[in-house]
Amino acid sequence: MASITFREVEGSSLKYWLLFGFLGLFVLFGALAWNTMHHHGHVITGMDNQIVWGLPHVFAVFLIVAASGALNVASIASVFNKPMYKPLAPLSAILALALMLGGLLVLVLDLGRSDRLIVAMTHFNFKSMFTWNVFLYSGFFGLVGVYLWTMLDRSVKTYSKAAGTAAFIWRLVLTTGTGSLFGFLVARELYGTAMLAPMFIIMSFAYGLAIYLMVLAAAYAWTGRPLGDAVMMRLKSLLAVFVAAVLYFVVVQHMTSLYFTKFHAVEAFILRDGGIFTTLFWVGQIVIGCVVPLVILLSSLGKQRTWIMIACALIILGGIVQMYVTIIGAQAYPLDMFPGLIEKSSFFDGEVHSYTPSLPELFLGLGGVAIALLVTVFAIKVLRLLPASLDDATVAKLEH
Amino acid sequence: MSELKPMSNPAPASPERRRFVGAATAAAGLAIAPGVLLIEVAHGRPEDQAASNAVRWGLLVDATKCATGCNDCVTACSTENGWTPVAESAHARQAPQWIRKLELQDPLTQMETNLPMMCQHCAEPPCVDVCPTGASFKRADGIVLVNRHTCIGCRYCMMACPYKARSLVHEPLNDTQKPDVPRGIGCVESCTLCVQKVDRGDGNTACAEACTAAGHNALLFGDMNDPESEISKRLRELPTKQVRADLNLNLGVRYHGI
Repeated sequence: MASITFREVEGSSLKYWLLFGFLGLFVLFGALAWNTMHHHGHVITGMDNQIVWGLPHVFAVFLIVAASGALNVASIASVFNKPMYKPLAPLSAILALALMLGGLLVLVLDLGRSDRLIVAMTHFNFKSMFTWNVFLYSGFFGLVGVYLWTMLDRSVKTYSKAAGTAAFIWRLVLTTGTGSLFGFLVARELYGTAMLAPMFIIMSFAYGLAIYLMVLAAAYAWTGRPLGDAVMMRLKSLLAVFVAAVLYFVVVQHMTSLYFTKFHAVEAFILRDGGIFTTLFWVGQIVIGCVVPLVILLSSLGKQRTWIMIACALIILGGIVQMYVTIIGAQAYPLDMFPGLIEKSSFFDGEVHSYTPSLPELFLGLGGVAIALLVTVFAIKVLRLLPASLDDATVAKLEH
Repeated sequence: MSELKPMSNPAPASPERRRFVGAATAAAGLAIAPGVLLIEVAHGRPEDQAASNAVRWGLLVDATKCATGCNDCVTACSTENGWTPVAESAHARQAPQWIRKLELQDPLTQMETNLPMMCQHCAEPPCVDVCPTGASFKRADGIVLVNRHTCIGCRYCMMACPYKARSLVHEPLNDTQKPDVPRGIGCVESCTLCVQKVDRGDGNTACAEACTAAGHNALLFGDMNDPESEISKRLRELPTKQVRADLNLNLGVRYHGI
């Protein structure tokens, strides 16, 4: 097998520092947003006692799900022994770590008492899915960190497969945990199903790979390194399979609910009468997030790099919208304490809850995205994560 | 026979001494009396004694007696526990509501029902299951509470509660706080079954007291484990339901007339 030269990006150009500064600015905005929310309390956000998890959770859960998905390229290389993916693995691992960091920061900075994070690290309730996730996230950093080390340090290279396999299994458990945050909730009609865990896993495959492809293409385009079609075409076909699988899971989940009379009202809310949520579901999650990318990736358009990038961007956008519908849509629908009866109270019982995200929430979420990208941009400058060339000839040699 | 001193002429006792003894007795009496009285009234437990699972505190809500438009239980709760009434709050959507009046109507029969809704003090509380730090907990006597000091404000319990019984304190609190009802920004809170009153030995909650005072008698508080308690006797006689009984959470609040 031919060897691949990994090289840091130089990162001394004005363009690099402009990108660095641009991302840094959004990290700063995110920090300011957190400070404002922490100072005034959640009263300045769009969240209330009906919509208790808002836009920050949408970003946080999206980033955490995407993080485990971003690791997939590395897993294919080490766990499934596909040589073509080996040069792609280090970026995959660092992106996974960076996205996880961004997501977790948003999650913990949105706590009502984010100053009490240490309490979450020292007091555990092992019946809580949140507690399990604390360990799953920490373990993810540890395992992917070790895995990255085995990829970068020749002296420990022999452990790469073992570390990669451990990280792969861990990430599957982790996304199961993330899906189960919602799956283990008995109170709300749209949650409380084992479907959510595998659905989140398949979603992570799609979102993580879409982000990976965009970062990879941008890194190679902006550094002037050759990136051949062999890599792009292979990854975009894989992406199409993942997106189709996401669509399959979404269809099965809603079809199942539609069959049960007790879920008719909530299904009608999401699919037909839910106003903004219905629009977001059909236009955002289904059309923009699944159908259009599938058409692009599977048609001749998918042979052009620009269109692949458009498809990736749509999948990411659709993914954020999907989280919005999953997290906020489920809360907007009123709890059905007295089935069949009309409920009314000062606490907005029986009515659809409205939610308007505030600027601090948006910037806290974007801050998480920015910090994930900033870490990646910095990491490829200081670590040898990217192959000097991924042109077709170099890649072809790997497979022989 | 020795000469006796005439009885009619005893040595006069010092008036100062007499006053001192009197005052000391009064002071001792004052010091001891509240203790004696407390022992008399205290079904409540001393601070160093843990809550007992021999007791299960609960509420019986008779929805047939709950009056339309009456909000006395809500007002009493707000006053007792120091949360701002929603009407006075600058941010009504985000204002905590420990208890609320729920108006129900059957769209088919037009039958209307009123009832107060609050933490149902489940024996198997979903909020306690999901709380990552264990801040959400159930006391041995069945009261579900939030530990103000370990709640990190993650709101997972609010996602888990089937009764929407919990509120997050969204803004810095004004000075209406009660010394025995700790609250704080960024923490989640809900009905405590007036745990401070229970522990004091009042034997009743503010909402139930207010309902009785208004003459409705729709709320009855008591020990559901004691077969001789008023609530147990009534629960034996009246058909009652648990809200969302399908979840099998074994609620501490039972409703008649729903």
